[in-house]
Amino acid sequence: MSDSRLEARVKTSQSPHLFSHKQKEALTGWFMAAPALILLLTFLIIPFIFAFYFSFTNQRLVSPNPTEFVGLSNFTRLLTVRTFTLEPLLDETTKQAQRDEAGNLVYPSLRDYTRNNPDYPQLNGLREWRSWQSGNKRTYLLASDVVFMKALVNILLFVLIVAPVQAGLALLLALLINQPLRGINIFRTIYFMPVVISMVVIAMLWRFIYDGNNGLLNTLLGYLSFGNFKPVDWLGNAKTAMPAVIIMSIWQAVGFHMVIWLSGLQTIPSVLYEAASTEGANNLQKFRFVTWPGLRNTAIFILIIITMQAFGLYTQIEVMTRGGPLDSTQTLVFQAVQRGFEKQDISGGSAISVLLFLIVLSVSLIQRYLTRERR
Amino acid sequence: MTYKKLLALIATLFIFATASAQTPLSMWYHGAGNEVEKNILNGIITDFNASQSDWKIELQEFPQGAYNEAVVAAALSGSLPDIIDTDGPVMPNWAWSGYMQPLNLAEGSLDNFLPGAIGNWEGQVYSVGLWDAAVAMVTRRSTLEDNGIRIPSLEQPWTADEFNAALETLKATGKYDYPLDLGMAWTGEWYPYAFSPFLQSFGGDLIDRSTFLSAEGALNGPEAVAFGNWWQSLFANDMAPGTSQDGADRDTGFADGKYAISWNGNWAALGALSAFDDVLFLPAPDFGNGPKIGAASWQFGVSASSKNPEGANAFIQFAIQDKYLAAFSNGIGLIPATASAAAMTDNYADGGAMAVFFELSKQQALIRPPTPGYVVMALVFEKALADIANGADVQDTLDAAVDEINADIEKNKGYGFSN
Amino acid sequence: MTKGVKGRNYQLSIIGRYLVLIVIGLIFVFPLLFMVMSSLKPNMQLLRDSGSLRAFLPVGDISFNNYIDAFKRVPIARFMFNSVFVTIITLVFGLFINSLAGFAFAVLRWPGKNIILALLVATLIIPFETIAIPLLLIVNELPWIGAQGFKIGWLDTYHVQIIPFIADAFGIFLFTQFFKDLPKELVEASRIDGASWFQIYTRVFVPISGPVFATAAILKFLGMYNQFLWPLMTSQSESYRPVMVGVQYFFQLNVAWGEIMAYLSMITIPVLVFYLWLQRAFIESIAASGVKG
Repeated sequence: MSDSRLEARVKTSQSPHLFSHKQKEALTGWFMAAPALILLLTFLIIPFIFAFYFSFTNQRLVSPNPTEFVGLSNFTRLLTVRTFTLEPLLDETTKQAQRDEAGNLVYPSLRDYTRNNPDYPQLNGLREWRSWQSGNKRTYLLASDVVFMKALVNILLFVLIVAPVQAGLALLLALLINQPLRGINIFRTIYFMPVVISMVVIAMLWRFIYDGNNGLLNTLLGYLSFGNFKPVDWLGNAKTAMPAVIIMSIWQAVGFHMVIWLSGLQTIPSVLYEAASTEGANNLQKFRFVTWPGLRNTAIFILIIITMQAFGLYTQIEVMTRGGPLDSTQTLVFQAVQRGFEKQDISGGSAISVLLFLIVLSVSLIQRYLTRERR
Repeated sequence: MTYKKLLALIATLFIFATASAQTPLSMWYHGAGNEVEKNILNGIITDFNASQSDWKIELQEFPQGAYNEAVVAAALSGSLPDIIDTDGPVMPNWAWSGYMQPLNLAEGSLDNFLPGAIGNWEGQVYSVGLWDAAVAMVTRRSTLEDNGIRIPSLEQPWTADEFNAALETLKATGKYDYPLDLGMAWTGEWYPYAFSPFLQSFGGDLIDRSTFLSAEGALNGPEAVAFGNWWQSLFANDMAPGTSQDGADRDTGFADGKYAISWNGNWAALGALSAFDDVLFLPAPDFGNGPKIGAASWQFGVSASSKNPEGANAFIQFAIQDKYLAAFSNGIGLIPATASAAAMTDNYADGGAMAVFFELSKQQALIRPPTPGYVVMALVFEKALADIANGADVQDTLDAAVDEINADIEKNKGYGFSN
Repeated sequence: MTKGVKGRNYQLSIIGRYLVLIVIGLIFVFPLLFMVMSSLKPNMQLLRDSGSLRAFLPVGDISFNNYIDAFKRVPIARFMFNSVFVTIITLVFGLFINSLAGFAFAVLRWPGKNIILALLVATLIIPFETIAIPLLLIVNELPWIGAQGFKIGWLDTYHVQIIPFIADAFGIFLFTQFFKDLPKELVEASRIDGASWFQIYTRVFVPISGPVFATAAILKFLGMYNQFLWPLMTSQSESYRPVMVGVQYFFQLNVAWGEIMAYLSMITIPVLVFYLWLQRAFIESIAASGVKG
């Protein structure tokens, strides 16, 4: 078969025409993609170009003031980060570093430097994001938009955890429900259930579940531990809120990716499995040598889609925590929407969206490079 | 064709012409899904349409949670209706942006209205409400008497110390999950509406109301920090459920006996009254600068793009009759905007179960800062309150809130205010 | 899995498999149970039950009152029709246009396609809220010729809810990746037979891609059916509103949770019906592709 194909290829590449086959193929490609590309251009790309433009202006959602070009200031306001080091206060008489009753060093108030201090104009309006101790000195990492910085770190962590875990669980589920068992369709439907119900609703239901006093989760853990479990206020605690959101998000979306894995599994020709069986392969070997290679592009797709969806974390946050407690669940999209819509600051919201777009574009290019087909 | 027939034809045409001469006016309202409100409003509209031959109101309802977005979208696409309703504190934002025009009502029409029901911007009336809302400390007579807590009055509200001591006492009984329910589950406008009066009673505010150009000192001065420390202590000492309170507990917690005192609006009063027979509605505590509660609810106004403002004004003039104020109050439990209308209602007439709210509204109400920047302030304040409740440093948090509010004012070139 | 001796071990393993499936099923099914059970309970009881296992049981004061009240509050039939209509139309056009583009990206070689695809994929991250306002301004200026003749501006129509969402980067990317997985021999063999590219798309790729079409269809269905912000901004009259806007009707000062649960149970039915119907289509198409593959 391969020989005849080789001949055919040689033959076709020689046939003389107005357009070469290559050109024809290229034209057809453009032509077939055109309807979708034109629609996307009109209803997605052009609006986004507007947003891109807004991010360099002071555009408001609602305002009688004219729009002005402000250069990069929306971006610098988001991204400015500085370090600042304070020495401990010295005792007037002993010239020793002061200590409070607990024995901790006493430092001048950071507020005195960052608010209206003419000697430190570069610190004006900055806020503490992180701080650490080195010897006697205390070093602060200051940011002009701490909420944005926290949102950025949160979303990166969220993506790093959710993308692999969710993709893996979804594949396991897909393998599980791809078995030829009676009634398997019922399970397929049940596993898909959380996806079917809108996220807004799901998030409202999970608020009941995570409730600190009489939530279902606490009740359940109480039963399982014979009453030894101390109720946790899952969404009210800065340490547990993000993990709670992560678990709920995976639970909700895993069915979505399960379906995609499943359709990938089902496009693998059954003859390949039959061939493997006749050669005496066990289930693990079948997975390793038939299933996994056949899922290559599905895997790339799912990885990229999950990454993308994870970066877009919004609805759960809006319904369950609104970024709190103490910014532990802030995300970039939540901030973009809050600023652009609720705070009527289209330019600020657009600037976040543009940054997010650039981040995801680079991630997506890296992922594509790493998973490129090597010819 | 006979002369008579021709005359009849002309007459018919004439009737037809006058019938269709009613110019249609579009009106938007935020109450979709609330049948009672819809029926009352439709009643007013039917009465109005029948009362004159120039205008015909056509109502379009939106759900409240999505109403502002719908209005903003309509304004951007140039398709605002003639009459819009607006949440009181949002009105200056819409007036400043040119969505609305000043009302043109007959002289003296609003003389007897509660101040909170009138929306002023730049010295002109832009909106008027048929009702106001008020907030009170809801509790039971038996709860206070059994624990030896004084029942406060409008003349003599609780002092800060008295209030804090009452919470301690109630907590010590061990009978409640929390002595106080602030309604932290109700995110959004509830925070500034219900809690900024505490700040104001401490002597702080969301903004310096003498200029409306800066929050420095008002929101991060010593009074505001005192407020913040008190606020934080409520949650640190488990006096009130925090930001993760679930909506269900907010709705049923007081009736279930989980909370001793609930800081709640008059719209929830009917529910409390049906749960217990000794319910009290008490004024806000006085934290030093007098007891305060928020004011201003939904109000009617005329859109700037209306081609028939006289018709729109005629409708609003028609709608603010006492009988309609009373009808709304009886239907949805809100405070009628005039005393004469209150006298016509079941609950707010002298001796009525909720009469106290009318007095609360009259004596303690302070409207939220009437500036276009309020929309942003409200969100910033909400976040600051949530962060402080969750243990954030009070001074830092308030400083950050001030910075954000001031930056926003600057970005908007003072929102029409100048030094 | 081979058909052979069905011994004790085999039966045990079958039982084991079902056990695993059921346990996992329980984890996924509980919100639906909670929703449906709650829809049968009065508000106060629903909230009290929500903290215990009673939330999953039809106990206490059970009735269909919430359903009756929900019908009174929201024009459910109208909203349901609007949502299903808008969703189906978008879906039909979307499947065709997106799969065609996916075919172009996966199979054909043309300059610029890799960059365009990478860009398209990155557009997936653009939050709709960011482009909602510019998009509104755009559709407000677009012309339309309909029953009432020529008109500028698309507001308050069905097509404003449909056309902007026909093409979507997610669908294109999905089809692209799946078409790449199909054996290259299929294309080459057909080319030798003299088939045009469009014929290869319709006669070779479409028939064996049932599972992908089904997946794309259900995911698109979900996305369209759950639309909220856009229809809200563009449909000012109630007659064009979809079901998700209806959810907001229940958030009055005292939230009617029971009615919300009843409403949600009802609006979930079309999605489930569609999913189950597709599942059958799935299986048939797999049987078909098995023969060809």
